[in-house]
Amino acid sequence: MKFDTPAGINPIDRMKVVGVAHDRVDGKFKTTGMAPYAYERHDVAPGQLYGFILGSAIAKGHIAAIHTTHAESAPGVRAVVTYANAGKLGKGSKNTANLLAGPEIEHYHQAVAIVVADTFEAARSAAALIDVDYVRGTGHFDLAAAAPTAPLHSEDKDKSKPAVLDRVGDFEAAFAAAPVTLDATYTTPDEAHAMMEPFATVASWSGDKLTVWTSNQMIAWAHDDLAQTLGIAKENLRVNSPFIGGGFGGKLFLRADAVMAALGAKAAGRPVKVAMTRPMMFNNSTHRPATIQRIRLGATRGGKLTSISHISTSGNLPDGSPETATAQTKLLYAAPNRLIGTRLAVLDLPEGNAMRAPGEASGLMALEIAMDEMAEKLGMDPVEFRIVNDTQEDPEKPGRLFSQRQLIRCLRDGAARFDWSARNPRPGNTRDGDQLIGLGVATAFRNNLNVTSGARVRLGHDGVVTVETDMTDIGTGSYTIIAQTAAEMMGVPLDRVVVRLGDSSFPVSAGSGGQFGAGSSTSGVYAACVKLREAIAQNLGVNSADAVFEDGHVRSGNRRVALADAVRGGEIVAEDTMHWGDLDKEYQQSTFGAHFVEVAVDAFTGEIRVRRMLAVCAAGRVLNPKTARSQVIGAMTMGVGGALMEELAVDTRFGFFVNHDLAGYEVPVHADIPHQEVIFLDEADDKVSPMKAKGIGELGLCGVAAAVANAVYNATGVRVRDYPITLDKHLEKLPALIQALTIRNVCEKAK
Amino acid sequence: MKAFTYERAKSPAAAAAAVAGQPGAKFLAGGTNLLDLMKLQIETPTHLVDVQDLKLDRIEPTADGGLRVGAFVSNTALAADARVRRDYAVLTRAIVAGASGQLRNKATTAGNLLQRTRCPYFYDTNQPCNKRRPGSGCAALGGYSRQLAVIGTSDACIATYPGDMAVALRVLDAGVETIDAHGAARTILLAEFHHSPGDTPHLETALAPGELITAVTLPPPVGGHHVYRKVRDRASYAFALVSVAAIIQPDGSGRVAFGGVAPKPWRSDAADAALPEGATAVTARAFADARPTADNKFKIALATRTLAATIAQARPA
Repeated sequence: MKFDTPAGINPIDRMKVVGVAHDRVDGKFKTTGMAPYAYERHDVAPGQLYGFILGSAIAKGHIAAIHTTHAESAPGVRAVVTYANAGKLGKGSKNTANLLAGPEIEHYHQAVAIVVADTFEAARSAAALIDVDYVRGTGHFDLAAAAPTAPLHSEDKDKSKPAVLDRVGDFEAAFAAAPVTLDATYTTPDEAHAMMEPFATVASWSGDKLTVWTSNQMIAWAHDDLAQTLGIAKENLRVNSPFIGGGFGGKLFLRADAVMAALGAKAAGRPVKVAMTRPMMFNNSTHRPATIQRIRLGATRGGKLTSISHISTSGNLPDGSPETATAQTKLLYAAPNRLIGTRLAVLDLPEGNAMRAPGEASGLMALEIAMDEMAEKLGMDPVEFRIVNDTQEDPEKPGRLFSQRQLIRCLRDGAARFDWSARNPRPGNTRDGDQLIGLGVATAFRNNLNVTSGARVRLGHDGVVTVETDMTDIGTGSYTIIAQTAAEMMGVPLDRVVVRLGDSSFPVSAGSGGQFGAGSSTSGVYAACVKLREAIAQNLGVNSADAVFEDGHVRSGNRRVALADAVRGGEIVAEDTMHWGDLDKEYQQSTFGAHFVEVAVDAFTGEIRVRRMLAVCAAGRVLNPKTARSQVIGAMTMGVGGALMEELAVDTRFGFFVNHDLAGYEVPVHADIPHQEVIFLDEADDKVSPMKAKGIGELGLCGVAAAVANAVYNATGVRVRDYPITLDKHLEKLPALIQALTIRNVCEKAK
Repeated sequence: MKAFTYERAKSPAAAAAAVAGQPGAKFLAGGTNLLDLMKLQIETPTHLVDVQDLKLDRIEPTADGGLRVGAFVSNTALAADARVRRDYAVLTRAIVAGASGQLRNKATTAGNLLQRTRCPYFYDTNQPCNKRRPGSGCAALGGYSRQLAVIGTSDACIATYPGDMAVALRVLDAGVETIDAHGAARTILLAEFHHSPGDTPHLETALAPGELITAVTLPPPVGGHHVYRKVRDRASYAFALVSVAAIIQPDGSGRVAFGGVAPKPWRSDAADAALPEGATAVTARAFADARPTADNKFKIALATRTLAATIAQARPA
């Protein structure tokens, strides 16, 4: 099926199952331990051995020699694989660095060996016996140092064209002429996905055929890239990943666990299971790259933006991509004169890549503080300032409308609900005992993407509808919304639908990423269900256009037949793929929201704690309000982490993330998160898909950190432009209370 | 983790003898720190002597009106003890500010005193660390040091003692009772229990090889207002950037110890004496010899402000 004209009325619009807050259909399996995660697949292949991956001790350089004799002769060891005996390996199209190092080392903790042994303990112990002679090379690890000479990055696929800044109008002239201007630089740190489940794989060979039970968000990408890396035919590889303990983009790609498990299994001649240890997770894998963002805004005294410039610099390994932190700035606010660009420095830190809402999450951390600063300069309320600069058309391509854009309503509804009018516009002037209280707002914005997505649907003789697609559920609720879609389309209750996900033998889907999974994969299921309905109608000799599927029956005119009767002659199977036309070119498809946050800052210690949070989201039809809300509150929690604590600390001498465990890399705990309220505007966007639904899982993160930052500023009067906003960044500038203590600067004295 | 042998000791003296008699042997109590470090091969004992059967799990009054806390009393049990909550509230407050409920159920009084630094370079066996591998150097110097110590450090080590409980014990003038391989008992004042790093940061305590902690003693209650204030980036389950344990009397005098700033709980008589003058006077003395890094110099101002909050809490205006 191709979606190339706006959706008309369709069976989904009945919203008997879709749009209803159902519990997760997989919830009972997860809460009873019946949902097997990759490392728990004890049953799938007998005789599993354990693999332990050794990571590089240096960030850049090469291996002069690698001595594995001691490890190989250690008790219980079955095989040791390094570059020296792995055979020739390719590199996945989605990987920047090789997943097995050697002799070149591209980043810290890049895998240099796997030890396979009878027990995990034996493998781990033997890995420590591998002696690697490294020769350190010269690397670049400091983004701030590299930024001034970082070249512009071109989004053009034709790399022969010189990269240029994205210009509309005459930014320089308009900015120079603007009566009110802001020119500020913001930084965001490297961040880790820090998902609960580490990378894990069980690999088993049968002759030249390989099966991996793994934890991966994008089955088709893993399938392609593992086959390419190992140099095997795709038809000889099966990838299975039905349950995933979180990913946030960290599991979009083939990673070392799968490659090393496959190599270890081949060398040992037995199935091998590998889980990456937590301290390896931070430098071995991908991360959200740090950014340095310069934003310039010019406005009339009335608060109309006349000029916007946003230049973001990030770093990555050679041939890596930038953090596209300026993406939203092209679309979010009107301003006739615009200058936008991305610079990319070469850094030899671990590979930077997508983490939840890549681009917008980082970009809005900066842009939405800038908007807050500008509102203050203008003497305007930050909500009103955003509303004044709303646009209903693509600011870079006037006349190209948004498919649906209710940002103003998100802001207005949120302001009313949050009692925004009680906010004191004078920062640092609201107290509750020893706490400084502040309120902040930020816009949420994230584009909606559609990705080709297929599914197979079968109606069994028992009347059960089974959906098969390689779509994944990374904790988001894919199982549930896909079941809801099939139930709605086929007119059966939810418990008459079985959903099977995450297997490369199923039709290729969108996978989970870029908040495109829900809308795209359910559209693929929709397409397959349309085909199945046609096949059933044909079987029953009725016109499919007239057939109504409801209550387990097919009704056509006066005729009403049980679904089960349609399959007397055997099950009926239909498969289809949703392809997308040009509606995304005709209309800009985006999702919108507004985040409101109240914080308390301890006037003594500067500690920041969030007291209230509200998100108002406009993202088309909400397929399941319960799982959607879970997505948004999880995202808001992640936003609090980004605002207040998450930072991969870079050792710029040795080139690695130092705080590489969950004690050092802090993410919010329950005690950090207050009551969170989420409101979805009642929408249905007919330009995006037959489901009329857009992504929500990343929208919920976009802008949260800036709303927290703006609330902190409102509380303290101290503007912090470098994330995370930790207490040391504002401690000594906090308002009066403490100055009465006349602190002598003992630190200065100590020097 | 390296392969090791394991035994369960039958008496404190036997446990001490077992460890003293075997190079590479260590005591195992709750294991909440040691086992993690063994998995990372930061600790590589060849033999573990488990002390869980030694019945060192009682809290009992002492003749002088204090309390003796058995070495194996869990953090949870110690914090919940009615006598501790009434007479040594700073201790309860410090314990519950640390770790998590699960860890406190498992962690012991003696083991907690011996928990090792959380310096990230200590935790990464690819990096030089004089504490982990004597003589290899200190990667934290000139590296990422936001969490690390500002005072009491040396050119060999700037690691922080990470615990909370010991900071309260320091302000309570606790003692550490031990027994050695020959059955000889002694008491080490907590003030002298943790060593400064000097040139030997791997030697962290006054314990001799094989010397087993049997109890922690608390002197008779001193009254006053007990406060433990722990400052951290997130609300729970994080090590202190700075913590303050204070006992403040109605007249403004009292005692104060700082955590998160030094290789041991940090307290001085001169700083205590300045308490009636306020927080600034105290920290000017307590941190007079501080040698912070650019990353962690904020801790000194933070210590002052945290103490100010503590005093305000103890003596509302």
